[in-house]
Parts: sequence; structure tokens; C-alpha cells
Amino acid sequence: MSESGSIFSLALGLVLSGDAELWSIIALSLRVSLTAVALACLIGLPLGAFLAVVRFPGRGAAVALLNAFMGLPPVVVGLFVYLMLSRSGPLGVFGLLYTPAAMIVAQTILVTPLIAALARQSLADLHGEYDELFRSLGLSTGATIAALIWDGRYSLSTAALAGFGRAIAEVGAVIIVGGNIEHVTRVMTTTIALETSKGNLALAMALGLILIALALGVNAAVLALNRTARRLAYA
Amino acid sequence: MLKPPDDGKARAVADRASIFPLEVSRLSFSDRGRTLIDDVSFRMEGRGITILMGANGAGKSLLMRLLHGLLQPTSGTITWGGRPLDVEVRARQAMVFQRPTMLRRSAEDNLRFVLGHLPGPAQDARVEELLADAKLEHIRKTPARLLSGGEQQRLAIARARATDPDVLFLDEPSASFDPASTFAIEELIRRVHADGTKIILITHNVGQARRLADDVVFVSRGRIDTHQPAAEFFAKPRSRTARAYLEGRLDLDALDYL
Amino acid sequence: MRKLAKFTIVAALAAGLTSAAAHAEDPFIIVQSTTSTENSGLFKHILPIFKAKTGIDVRVVAVGTGQAIKNAENGDGDVLLVHAKKSEEEFVAKGGGVKRFDVMYNDFVIVGPKSDPAKVARSKDAAASLKAIADAKAPFASRGDDSGTHKAELKLWKDAGVDVKAAGGDWYRSTGSGMGATLNTASGMGAYALTDRATWISFKNKGDLTIAVEGDPKLFNQYGVILVNPEKHKHVKVKEGQQFIDWLLGAEGQNAIRSFTIDGQQLFFPNAGQENMKKAG
Repeated sequence: MSESGSIFSLALGLVLSGDAELWSIIALSLRVSLTAVALACLIGLPLGAFLAVVRFPGRGAAVALLNAFMGLPPVVVGLFVYLMLSRSGPLGVFGLLYTPAAMIVAQTILVTPLIAALARQSLADLHGEYDELFRSLGLSTGATIAALIWDGRYSLSTAALAGFGRAIAEVGAVIIVGGNIEHVTRVMTTTIALETSKGNLALAMALGLILIALALGVNAAVLALNRTARRLAYA
Repeated sequence: MLKPPDDGKARAVADRASIFPLEVSRLSFSDRGRTLIDDVSFRMEGRGITILMGANGAGKSLLMRLLHGLLQPTSGTITWGGRPLDVEVRARQAMVFQRPTMLRRSAEDNLRFVLGHLPGPAQDARVEELLADAKLEHIRKTPARLLSGGEQQRLAIARARATDPDVLFLDEPSASFDPASTFAIEELIRRVHADGTKIILITHNVGQARRLADDVVFVSRGRIDTHQPAAEFFAKPRSRTARAYLEGRLDLDALDYL
Repeated sequence: MRKLAKFTIVAALAAGLTSAAAHAEDPFIIVQSTTSTENSGLFKHILPIFKAKTGIDVRVVAVGTGQAIKNAENGDGDVLLVHAKKSEEEFVAKGGGVKRFDVMYNDFVIVGPKSDPAKVARSKDAAASLKAIADAKAPFASRGDDSGTHKAELKLWKDAGVDVKAAGGDWYRSTGSGMGATLNTASGMGAYALTDRATWISFKNKGDLTIAVEGDPKLFNQYGVILVNPEKHKHVKVKEGQQFIDWLLGAEGQNAIRSFTIDGQQLFFPNAGQENMKKAG
């Protein structure tokens, strides 16, 4: 009990001390994961909407594949991206390995299937409601997808948050493609892994608490924003 | 005659009739082995308000969806002005459903959704006009899904009207509304009709049919029982089933069908 | 409204990506190295000194020696600094690196629970101690990750004449993870483990573990540094990489290594060869 109390006060102390290194690590974590989630939304939302709207042979298999990919192991994604971005890999010439960009790529791949699958589920319901109207209006597939994403944006923000949760919490992918380089690619989760390996279990746990608080903060901010926007303008 | 596809307002009323006459020939529709529309043929001109009447399950809604291209016929043909039901013909039709489908946007934005092709000022002007005619100006910013049922249906009609259709289909637009709401909806339908738009409307409300109809098509058991001018239909329906329907009696044949 | 949202998204993405690339301004090299050098804090001590002198950022990727060599083979680094001499020489022989230099050494120690079930405490014979651990079937936590430490451990078992493969899953526990994680495991289950002294001294979760065996010449742990071969990988930053190696092997680098202590204990002992010193000087 006393140990968990000291972890809590350690976490609080870290935050209150305004430690520049901690803040730069937090900032990098947020930058990498938020960018990755934004990119994943850009790809995943239209993909999910497409699968919700368009019937084509093999659609069932595509949906099953997407659902399976929701649980991609981060370390496998990390390895895949490493092999792509390595100097010996097909994209090695860009020299992206061990940069935040590589981490963004890895996390984007990691969370796109999750966001697409959740988007497909929620947009399929909305599409059921709008289908006859849109067909009556002769809306193209593209316009249908755009309208569904726009009108479903509040429920889709939940999908984005799920993606963010997965991105900010994973360590397996970013540690391989980022290399956990101090001041360059060190994020919250890789710092926690590092401190654990140094035997600084209390510090690692305190950082874990901060990470949880961070995720909680982002969630609360999005939900609050959502509720306000919904109340102000739409239902 | 060619017309610029976007500029609906510039269209002359005379030009309206161009997707008419509607000709339906030996139209059938079956689903899971049941013939729901049974060898129907008729012809319709692009004027006036036509009411589709008939018992529940008679096939009115199916027929309307076939005419609008939401369903594909099992056999038979539908032509509009001699043309098949292609994209261009469909673009000149609009439909309002029994339960209005409201986009999760403000009332105003529900209208703008179908006016995307109009440039800013023209769009604004059209929105004003549509809101005013539907008496929705005071709630333009309200989320459409928070409007009352009657307001939602007026918004749905205004949205359908925004596409400048040659024909407007309405599937029981005022079912389950109180008299005042029903009246407001009928006012708006007359307004759309005054634009030169042909109205085809399904209703079970005999009073509404009497108020609005120029002619009545009575559908029974997937067939057209009779198609008469309104005054004549209400005075002397040419069909036994229609007479029973109007008098509120059960028609055992129709029941058998169900 | 939608345009605004689109604009916001695009702007945010652009900001995220450009700031992600913004670090590329300073000259930098990537060093593939081991967890022992990173986790002990050695790099944190010496790299600022190097940066102050040359302006070059050294970005350290700290993984097991096996993975570090593999990464260097793929060209994903400019300099390799690890501790498995045989593997390093193979790496150079295969053309992966230019030339290998001794940099520094420390030693391995065998740590174990204070209760010492195998009765090896204060022994100076590593092989005999391992034999005793095997005979007592006392739990032993191994890295099992092809790292430098793991390779050294396997060599010691061979000297002891014990077939650890047969004991896998029984008293011999292969963790397949880094030094710190393996020490955490050993601490948790009261097992013996082989570790480099630097990691051990800086390790904070010792629990019931203490040094059991030390001082055997076989426990010597040599670190070497190699420039990744620019003939094989054209992008290798030869100038900056060589600058770093020359500095490490020269008087300044060697002094920097010597001056790194934890609680008054020196963790690494510079031993760059005499001819290296001249070259660097």
C-alpha cells in the first residue's frame, strides 16, 4: 500500500516539477500518436464507410480480414515497418528509420484497421437509415461516403479515440522503428520499458500513471468537445 | 430540348412535362415467390395531383418505388417520356417517405445538402425561399432531428422540392399527424404543385384525398382497380373494392389477399 | 463548417509531419549499441562531452548485441559499439564494417539470491560455479536473446560441460529479453544470472540478489567499436562516424569513459590499443 502511495506521489512530483525532459517525451508521444490517428482516420474512415455502403464479391472476406487486423500485434507491425524502412529495405533511401516519422507510419498501420472496422460498424447502421433517401437523390458512392462520415462524426470520434488509445499505449512497434533514441524518438511507453529494464520499477509505474492520465485527458477533452458541439448545433 | 443540368430555376414550366408521359407496360414485381405487383399497365400525364389509394399491402408503396427506380421490376417496362428510368430521368424525380429521413444537421443544412451545385448567393436565396414556403425560417438552425414530426416532414418536402423535380412522390406524408400539421403539409404540397411539379401521393386519409386529388388510382391486390378523375371516383368509384374502402367496410377479397 | 474541419485536419497533419522531420538539422550519427552501455548511463555521461566538442548528435539505438549487429548489417546505423568480439570480427570479415577497435572493458558477474542454494558465493571460478548451479538444479535466468552477454554465458556453460538446452524450462529459464528484464526476472524468482557489472551496479531492483561470483579472467567483457562499411552502405556518414570513433579511442574519449562512475565505482575501463591512441591523437 505504502509503495503504491509513493508511486502516486512520485508521479505527481514528476509532473509538478515541470521536468523538461519528461515534457518533451510527453509532447513527442502526443505528436506521434495524434498524427498517426489523424492519418489512420483519413484512410480508415472512408475505408470503413466504403465497406458499409458498397456490396461487392469478397466484401465479407474483406470485413473479416479487417476485423482480424484490429488485433495486429504491435511488434509484428514494427518489424514489418522496420523491414520496409531499413536501409536494406525497399524504402530505405528515405532514411526514415529511427525518426518520429517512422513511428507515425508504424502506428498508422497499427490503428487504421481498428478505426476502419469500428467505422464500418457504426456507419452501417446510419447507412441503413439513409439508404432510401440517398438512392432517391441519386447520390454517388463518394458523396454517400462523405455524407455518412460527416453525419456519423460523433460516433466516429469514439473509433478515433479507440485508435488513439491503442497508439499511445503500444510499445512494440515504436521501439523497433524508433529505436528509443533519447531526445529523438523516446516516447512514454519506450521510457517505461527502459526504466523497467533499469530496475526503476517505481519510476516506470509513475510514468505509467502519467500515461494513463494523458489518455484520460485526451478522451475527456474529445468527449466534452463532442457534447458541446452536439448541443450547440446538431443532434 | 437541352437544358443546363444545374439551373433548375431557369426551366420553363412548359418544359416540365418533358419526362412525361409516364408509360407503364405489363409491370410485375415478385419477392420470394409472391407476386406483389401483377401485370400492371397504365399511362399518366405530367399534370395535377394523383392520389394512390388502396388497402395496406395492396402494393401502393411498391408501385411508387418501382416508378422511382428504388426497386427493379421483375418484368415489364416503365418509360418516362419514352425514356427508360435512367440517371437523368431519376434526377428529375424526388420522393418523400412516410418517416422523414433527417440528416444529422440543422434544418438549413438539410436543404443545403441537395443544393451543393448552386453557387453561394444563389444557394442562400433558394434556401430562404424554401424555408419561407415551409414556414421553417424561425428554426433554421435547429438540429433537424429535434424538430417536431410535422416540421420534419415539411423540411423533407422542402428538401425534395429543392431539387426542382418534375415529379414528386409522397408516401403517406402526413400519416399519424394531427389536423393542423396535416393541413400545413397539404399547403406545402399545393405550393410544390404550383411550381409545375407533378404530385403522386399515397394516402389512407380519404379527407386528404378529397382535398388534394385531381385523379385517383385505386390499387388492390397488386393491380390497378380503377383510375378515375377525383370527383367521379369519390361519387361513383368504378371498383367494388374501392367503394367498400371508401365506405369503411371490409372487403373480404382484399382480406383474403393479405 | 466542413471546409474548416478539412483545413484543420490538413494543417494538423502538416504540423505533425514537418515537426517530425525538424530534428534533421543538426549533424548526427546513429550508433547501434547495447543495453548495458545505454542503461548504465555511460552514453548520457560521455555524449554531451563529444557533442560540445564537435556539434555532432549521437543517436544511440540500444538493443542486444545480436540485434545491433543485424541492424548494422542492414545499414541502419553508422557506428557499431558492442561486446561480442568473435561476432564483431565476423561482421568485419563479411564486409559489414571497416575495422574493429578495442574501446573499453568491464567484467561479467554471476549474481544470485543471498540464500545461495548452489553454494557458489565468493567463488572465483565461473565454470565450476555454473556446474554447481546445474548440479543443485538452482534456477538460472538467461538472456536467451543472442546478445553479447548471452553469448558469453553460453561459452561459460560450454566450459562447465553443462548442456543447458536439455535443462530449458526446468531450472534453466531463458527469458529471451534484455539484461534489465532478465535481472527483474531473476530477482522475482530468486534465480542466478550472468550480467555485466555496469548494468548490475546501476540496476535498481536488486531485491534479494547479490554478487555471487566475480574475478574470473573468463568473465572479462571487452567492448569494440566499428565503422559500418560505406562501400556496402553509401549513406553511412563516414566523416562524422570516424570522428566519433577517433574521439572514443583518443585521450579525451578514454578519459570520459574513465570518469564515469556510479556511487564512486568506475563502470567501464578504457583500453584502446596503443596504435589506436596514436592514430586518434
